[in-house]
Amino acid sequence: MRPDDRQYLKSHEWCKIDGETATLGITDHAVAQLSDLVFLDLPAVGASVTAGEQYGEIESVKAVSSLYSAVSGEVLEVNAELPDNLEWLSEDAFEKAWMIKVKLTDKSGDLMDAAAYEETVKAEQ
Amino acid sequence: MPTAKLRGLMRTTALESIHTQAGARLVPFAGWNMPVQYGPILDEARIVRSKAGLFDLGHMGRVNVHGPQAEDFLQKLQTNDASKIPPGRIRYSMILNEDGLTQDDILVYRNPKNDGFFLVINAGNTERDLEIMRTTAKDFECEVQDRTADTGMIAIQGPLSEQITQRLTASDLSELKYYAWMDTEICGQPMTISRTGYTGEDGFEVYVPAGHEADVWNAFLEVGGDDGLQPIGLGARDTLRHEAGMPLYGHEINETTNPLEAGLDFAVKFTHDFTGRAALEAVQQKGGTGRKLVGMTAASKRCPRQGYPIVHDGKDVGAVCSGSISPTLGTNIATAYVPDALAEPGTELQFRVREALEPCVVVPTPFYKRSR
Repeated sequence: MRPDDRQYLKSHEWCKIDGETATLGITDHAVAQLSDLVFLDLPAVGASVTAGEQYGEIESVKAVSSLYSAVSGEVLEVNAELPDNLEWLSEDAFEKAWMIKVKLTDKSGDLMDAAAYEETVKAEQ
Repeated sequence: MPTAKLRGLMRTTALESIHTQAGARLVPFAGWNMPVQYGPILDEARIVRSKAGLFDLGHMGRVNVHGPQAEDFLQKLQTNDASKIPPGRIRYSMILNEDGLTQDDILVYRNPKNDGFFLVINAGNTERDLEIMRTTAKDFECEVQDRTADTGMIAIQGPLSEQITQRLTASDLSELKYYAWMDTEICGQPMTISRTGYTGEDGFEVYVPAGHEADVWNAFLEVGGDDGLQPIGLGARDTLRHEAGMPLYGHEINETTNPLEAGLDFAVKFTHDFTGRAALEAVQQKGGTGRKLVGMTAASKRCPRQGYPIVHDGKDVGAVCSGSISPTLGTNIATAYVPDALAEPGTELQFRVREALEPCVVVPTPFYKRSR
């Protein structure tokens, strides 16, 4: 079971909310499906993100995928070392490979808990 | 990503469970559930360039054509001159529509015993090709037989292919020329083998009677394992064919391109009355379509991808057909149709990824050519 201290999107992003701050990342399942990661494009601190919309891109040898935001708000912090250390995504998608922290103003209506996300992953396999 | 719903409709090759057991990632490709990779894609590409790789090509369409007018039928169907193919030899060719636009690129094999032809066609186009063939065949005394379901197809590609394959093959493979094929025994069974491939390396493709696919696959890995032979997925196959300058249907060629602008005129012979000939001659008389398919390299961090706009002087002048990270060249490579005036090697262009413009430069193709 994946961490139950956070919520998930069907598009395989996770979102951990602590008070007014939301930390965003992608799940181990997303990392496994993407495979062979080569590039990560994250927004700058101060940029605004919108729930359900793209905030960045992740590129593997064969494809480019959008990163979707689970929340709306302003980017407070970016994991600036992650683009140069993409192996962190395979090693620890849920902690070390967080992507951005956002000052929360709104969140997606499509968030699910860990148990519901587990079902989503199972249905894909 | 595969969904449970899609899986039920997908075709599978005889080797699917072997791929799954080997840890392959399978994805839907042209209606088939196919291994895209067993390990990192770039490592798989390097293995084929340096040693040898084994590919399941069961999804490729395979068709027999025979009958007294089989050759006449092929002269109508496709652009190369079938009358000039000797027994046991193979030619690259195209199927066009009346407008001279590409319906598929194919290989035409004249049977070693000269008793008909064999065609290998793209998986994604198999149904449409068969429909075109059956319609065309009505005017000729010949029979078109879809053999896809009752044969398998396994390729070995890479510099060690001949020595590995020889261990399983009754005939002397050093006698089998590039783009030739023969009937022989492989693993003690009657089979056909061609010296062909889609990687730019030496190698073979084996046409396996249904039921023997797993035996042949496992035998290859057993006799080639010590030489480094590994199964390779379709992801690396795409990188390898792109490096070797080989077009992929749906990327470099499709129903909006003609073979002249794609630089495939070597496959078009104006010696016979093929479908699309008049339209192609009209294009030739006009001096072309005003655009050409070119290769480009880009040292940028971002890889150019299919559909990204090509920009010159602030204007969109084309779009990327295929883009790859090339492990052999150590840079990004791409193909695109650009105006004739921008097609010369050395021409500096840009590609657009999101809002950013990245530099790229036109280079001669193929990007990679093996030393023989």
